[in-house]
Amino acid sequence: MASPLVAIVDFGMGNLHSVRQACAHAGLDGRITASPSDLARADAIILPGVGAYADAMATLRRTGMADALRGAAESGKPLVGICLGLQLLMSESLEFGRHEGLGLIAGDVVYLEPGAGAAAVKVPQVGWNQIHRTGSWEGTLLDGLPDGGFMYFVHSLHVRPRDPSVVLSTTRYGAVEFCSSLRQHNVFGCQFHPERSGPEGLHMYATLATTLMAAHA
Amino acid sequence: MRVIPRLDIKGPNLVKGVHLEGLRVLGKPERFARHYYEAGADELLYMDVVASLYGRNSLLDIVEQTAREIFIPLTVGGGLRSLDDIRTVLRAGADKVALNTAAVRSPELVREAARKFGSSTIVVSIEVIRRPDGSYEAYTDNGRERTGIDAFEWALRAAELGAGELLVTSIDREGTGRGFDVALTRRISEAVSIPVIACGGAGLLQHIHEAVAEGKAQAVCVASILHYGVVRSVGAQDSFDEGINTVHLLRRQGFEKIEDTTLPAIKRYLLDRGTPCRPVATGGGHG
Repeated sequence: MASPLVAIVDFGMGNLHSVRQACAHAGLDGRITASPSDLARADAIILPGVGAYADAMATLRRTGMADALRGAAESGKPLVGICLGLQLLMSESLEFGRHEGLGLIAGDVVYLEPGAGAAAVKVPQVGWNQIHRTGSWEGTLLDGLPDGGFMYFVHSLHVRPRDPSVVLSTTRYGAVEFCSSLRQHNVFGCQFHPERSGPEGLHMYATLATTLMAAHA
Repeated sequence: MRVIPRLDIKGPNLVKGVHLEGLRVLGKPERFARHYYEAGADELLYMDVVASLYGRNSLLDIVEQTAREIFIPLTVGGGLRSLDDIRTVLRAGADKVALNTAAVRSPELVREAARKFGSSTIVVSIEVIRRPDGSYEAYTDNGRERTGIDAFEWALRAAELGAGELLVTSIDREGTGRGFDVALTRRISEAVSIPVIACGGAGLLQHIHEAVAEGKAQAVCVASILHYGVVRSVGAQDSFDEGINTVHLLRRQGFEKIEDTTLPAIKRYLLDRGTPCRPVATGGGHG
């Protein structure tokens, strides 16, 4: 059987190669693409991303990718947003102004609070932090991971989903406890980078591969 | 808090010197990278120490090979001069780039690169020598060229220009095992909002803890404290790298101040002292 095809959405920013390498490691055929028509052929879609929110949304809209992503979400195939990709799934972001997102998950994106005094933390958060379970991880990409496991984060903003039941994990940074991953039906998003999170991150790619193989069979 | 093995690369080899000079060949960087990944490294840093003098192809080969095998962030620096150079290294599989010489000569490169590739992709590397009057001067070209620029002011400027992190290397301490320059690290870290990586001088576990507790660093780079132990343990059993004479390493000549350690030991030491970090999973660590 051919490897499941995963479309890795390219909107001109960020290191997509690490996502593709992680796909390859899990037996997935990751294809970096900027073409909306490729999403229809894919078994799953990954929306990665590093960079500015407004620029990313502008590119997604101009290329027709925004509509294709909404279509993919409706089709029921797995759609995975990573880091900025997660933030783009939301209704809007307050990064340098107010910008409309894809609107697949109700809620907004706000800055991390550095706090003050001795408890102050650096923003961006760069490094490893724990994800704490808030709902069942069964049947999600987090299935099989330890509660409190460490993942790699690089971000200045975080998501606030309106419906708390979509939250899969929270993470504490300084005085803030934020949503670090979520799921709504076939749409999954995480603020951390699974492809940079060592064996535990790779486990999520393996879970995606298992899910897609099962769907194929 | 992150622990980042720093691998200085010359041509196809991992090298290590003192004060960024007197380089000795230790082996193949990919081997060390894989070993550190499996032992629980939080990130890796590759620094091409002679990139301006030699071709870049072996560095790109090493980056590509590494990116296929390790799944933690990889920063690559050394001789990157332009947006094209940065793009080339990112395409090969690096997650971040470290800029020093080019950033000092053309600070706008930092701003443009941050805009183009995202702030979090751009690490500004500041190599520092302490002046007799106690001030600090930034150097370029891997510690070879003076700039006349105050290192502290340059750090503030680099943060303003959009650097995602600062890598602060004390050339005075580099390779000596005498400990990080804690005063330098603290002064910079308290002045900027972005994370600071302390580099140069780790010889004991206690030094790493000091860099965080007193130096307020968000990450430390370590090299000698890890490399020589790897050479001795791995080199002894499988002729780690043919054609390289490791006898001088085994004898520890000139490195009496450096205590061999491992990543799991560093993490345990930090956790025991209440410094939060990613622990090393049991069962891993022996690649």
